[in-house]
Amino acid sequence: MTPIIEFKNYTFKYRSQTEPTLRDIDLSIYPGEKVLIVGPSGSGKSTLAHCINGMVPFSFPGEHTGSLSVNGLDPAKTGIFGMSKTVGTVLQDTDGQFIGLTVAEDVAFALENDCVPQEKMFSLVQEVAQTVDIGKLLDHAPTELSGGQKQRVSMAGVLVDDVDILLFDEPLANLDPATGKRAIDLIDRIHREQKKTVVIIEHRLEDVLYRDVDRIVVIGDGRVVADRTPDELLCSDVLEREGIREPLYVTALKHAGCRVQAGDHPAHIETMRLEPYAGKVREWYQKVSPPPAREEKDTALEVLDLDFSYISGNPVLSNIDFKIHKGEMLAIVGKNGAGKSTLSNLICGFINPDRGKILLNDEDIASKSIKERGEVIGLVMQNPNQMISKPMIFDEVALGLVVRGVPEEEVKERVYETLKICGLYPFRNWPVSALSFGQKKRVTIASILVMNPQVLILDEPTAGQDYRHYTEIMEFLKELNEKYGITILMITHDMHLMLEYTDRAIVIADGQLVADDTPASVLTDERIAKKAYLKKTSLYDLAVRCGIPDASGFAERFIHYERQVRSHGGQTADL
Amino acid sequence: MAGRLLTYEEKDTWIHRLSGVTKLAFFLLWSFTGMLTYDTRVLLVMLALSLVIFYMSKTEWKQVGMVFKFILLFLCLNLVAVYIFSPQQGTLIYGTSTVLVNLPGRYDLTVEQLFYEFNIMLKYLTVTPVVLMFIVTTNPSEFAASLNRIGISYNVGYAVAIALRYVPDVQSDFTKIKHAQEARGIEMSGKASVWERLKKMSMIIFPLIFSSMDRIDVVSNAMELRGFGKHKKRTWYKGRKLTKTDYMTLAFAAVFMIASLWITFADGNRFYNPFSR
Repeated sequence: MTPIIEFKNYTFKYRSQTEPTLRDIDLSIYPGEKVLIVGPSGSGKSTLAHCINGMVPFSFPGEHTGSLSVNGLDPAKTGIFGMSKTVGTVLQDTDGQFIGLTVAEDVAFALENDCVPQEKMFSLVQEVAQTVDIGKLLDHAPTELSGGQKQRVSMAGVLVDDVDILLFDEPLANLDPATGKRAIDLIDRIHREQKKTVVIIEHRLEDVLYRDVDRIVVIGDGRVVADRTPDELLCSDVLEREGIREPLYVTALKHAGCRVQAGDHPAHIETMRLEPYAGKVREWYQKVSPPPAREEKDTALEVLDLDFSYISGNPVLSNIDFKIHKGEMLAIVGKNGAGKSTLSNLICGFINPDRGKILLNDEDIASKSIKERGEVIGLVMQNPNQMISKPMIFDEVALGLVVRGVPEEEVKERVYETLKICGLYPFRNWPVSALSFGQKKRVTIASILVMNPQVLILDEPTAGQDYRHYTEIMEFLKELNEKYGITILMITHDMHLMLEYTDRAIVIADGQLVADDTPASVLTDERIAKKAYLKKTSLYDLAVRCGIPDASGFAERFIHYERQVRSHGGQTADL
Repeated sequence: MAGRLLTYEEKDTWIHRLSGVTKLAFFLLWSFTGMLTYDTRVLLVMLALSLVIFYMSKTEWKQVGMVFKFILLFLCLNLVAVYIFSPQQGTLIYGTSTVLVNLPGRYDLTVEQLFYEFNIMLKYLTVTPVVLMFIVTTNPSEFAASLNRIGISYNVGYAVAIALRYVPDVQSDFTKIKHAQEARGIEMSGKASVWERLKKMSMIIFPLIFSSMDRIDVVSNAMELRGFGKHKKRTWYKGRKLTKTDYMTLAFAAVFMIASLWITFADGNRFYNPFSR
C-alpha cells in the first residue's frame, strides 16, 4: 500500500528563525490509519500538522528540503485551498474557528466557498449534522453552544467537504474531561464508519488512548523520536524523556517496580492483562505510607449558603457552602458552565449574591468594593493577554500599586521583590511582548502578588500548557503556597492538576455543590465524576483490578509518593 | 440574547420574510426620496407609511429606543443650528414673511421658518424608522448575501457578518477585562475626571485589542483552511430567492418614488408652498 502522507527526509525552517523547526522527518501514514502525534510545545508537532494542510509555507512562510506528499499532492505547490479538499483540519480553539452566525451556516461555510448550489447545501448540511449529532442545533448561535457542541460543529464543517484525511490539532485543549472523552469517541466512530485517515496532534496522551490508535509518533526537538504502537511505546521510557505525561496507571505500575510488557496491552487499563503485576502493585500499596493527616488551620475564606441567578427563577448557583483554610491549595472543579466562574466573580465582588454571605477572616465583605476586595483577594485570568495593559514588565507589575498612590520608592522595592519571587527579575526592563506565554502568565501573577493578597484565585492556570510548562507553573504556585503561605484557589477542569497539586476539591455541578473532599476520593467516585463531567482516574481502575478495595486510598498514596519524588528530584522517594 | 440593542431578531412577519436585497433596495429608494423632497404632503404620507411598516415589523422599543433617542437629540441640535445660522431661510424659500415674534437683528421668528424646520423634522422622522427596521429585521448573513447579489464583493459583506458574529464575544471579553482591572484598583466609576477616565479606559482597550487580535488570527486561519476567497463568487446558505412579495414591494417602492418626485417637482421646485396665493 502506498502511504497517504509521506515525509521523506523533510526539513523545514521558518523564515523568521535561524534553526530548522523540523529536521530529517521520515514518516509514512497509510490510508485508513489513525495516528497520534505527541510532543511537548515547541517540539514541532504543530508545524508538522501545518505542513500537511498547506498552512506551511503559505500562511507561515519558510523553506524546506526533502519531500512531502499528501494524497499524491505536494502541499507547498497545491496551496491551502487545494489541500482543503483532501485534508480537513479541526483547530484547537473551538470558539475562534466558529465562523458562521449559526451552526448551519458554519457547517456550510466550505460549501459556500465552493459555490455549491443552495438546495444541495441544505441536504449536505443536514446529513453531516446527523453524523455528528448536532441536527437539533442548526439554528443556534455560537454563544448558545457548549465547548463540546462547538467542536462537533467544527468537525461537521470539515466532514461536509468529504476529505480523505482528518487532522485534529489538540482537540482536547478546551474541553472538560468527560466532553473530551466523548470527542475521542466521536473521532473514533467517524474513523471507523467513514474510513478516513485520522491524524491527531495532542499532548493529553491518556485521554486520547481512551479509544484505540494504530500508532503514536513522538516528536522531540523537531525530530521523530519514536514511531510505535501504543503498547510498545508505553513500555519504553521515551515519553518520560521527552517530557510527555504517560498515563497515570503506567506511572503507578512503574513505581511499583513492574516492567510493563507490550504483550500485556498496556494501552487500555480496562483490558490490560494485569495478572503479572497485581501482586507487586498490592505489595507497593502496603509498603508506601499514606499521606499525613492535614492539620486544620484558621478559616481564610468562608462562603455561607450562597444563591445567585442572573434571571430570577433560574438559579446559577444555589446553597453553596464551603470553607477555605489559611494556606490551603484547593480546586474548584466542574464542567464548563457549571457556575465555577460565577462563584469566583461573586467572591471578587463583580456581581452580588441574591442570598448568603462571603466571609474573609470571619468578616463579611458584602460592603467592600471591587477595589477593596482586590487588595486581599487577587484574581488571575486564564488568558494573560486579557490582563496585560502596559507595554513594559515593570509598569505592568507596578500598576496596582501606582493607582493606589503608593510612594515611588516603595513601588520600586515591592515590584523588584515580587519579580525576584516570580523569577522575572532579569527581565524587569523588557517589553511584555518579548515574553513567552508562560512568562506572560507569570507577569500577570506577579502583578497580583505585588499587592500582597491573602487569597489568590486562578482561572484555569494551566490551560493549553504542555507537561513541562504545566509543571513549571504549578511548582511555582506550590512554592508561593508553601513558602509565602498564600491561600490558592484554582478553577480548573484539569484532573491531573487537582490530583497532584491540591489538597481538596470543591465540585460544582448544575449550580450545586456536589462534593467537598480530597481529589483522590472525588476522582474515584463514579457518581460525582459523572455529575460534574469529570472522569474517573485510571488509578481507580488499576486499584480495583489489582484487588485493592480502597481505590481512593491507593490514589492518595500514589499522589503522596509522586510529590515526594518530585520534591526530591530523583527517581525514588523514601518509603 | 434577546433584546440586544440594534441587532437582528428572528420574528415571523412578512417584513422579516422579505429578501435582504428587497429591504436594502427599499431602504435606499425610500431614503433617497425622503432626502430629495421637501413636499410636506409627500413627507406626511411617507411618515404615516413608515410608522405603519414599523408597527408591522413588530419591532420592540427596547431594540431601538436608545438609538432613536440619540437621533432625536441630533435632530433637535440640527433644528436649533439651522435657526442660528439662517433664521430667514423660510422666507427665502417661500417668498413671504409672516412674523410671529419680534426678535433682535435678523432673528425674527417667522411662520415660514417654522414650517421649513417642520419639514426638516419630517424628513428625519420618515427615514429613521425605516433604517432602524432594516437593521433589526435583516439577518446579517442574509444581508451579506444581499450586498453580494447587488454586485458588492463578498469580502465586504462577509466582513460585516463576521464582525457581528464576534460582537457578543468581544462584549463578554470587555466585561471580564473590566472586572479584572477594577480588582487591580482601576476605578471606572464616575468619580474620576473625564480625562482620567479616558486614560483608564485605555487599560481595558489595550488588553481587549490584544485578545481580539488573537481571535482574528485564529478565525482568518480557520476561514482560509475552509476555502474562503478561493473563487470570485460564492453561494450563500442563507441567501433567499426573491418571492412575489419581494417584487411587489420593489414595484411599490419604485412607483412610490416616481410619484412622490413627480408631485414634488410638478410645481417647479422641491418645496410645497402653502403661503403663496
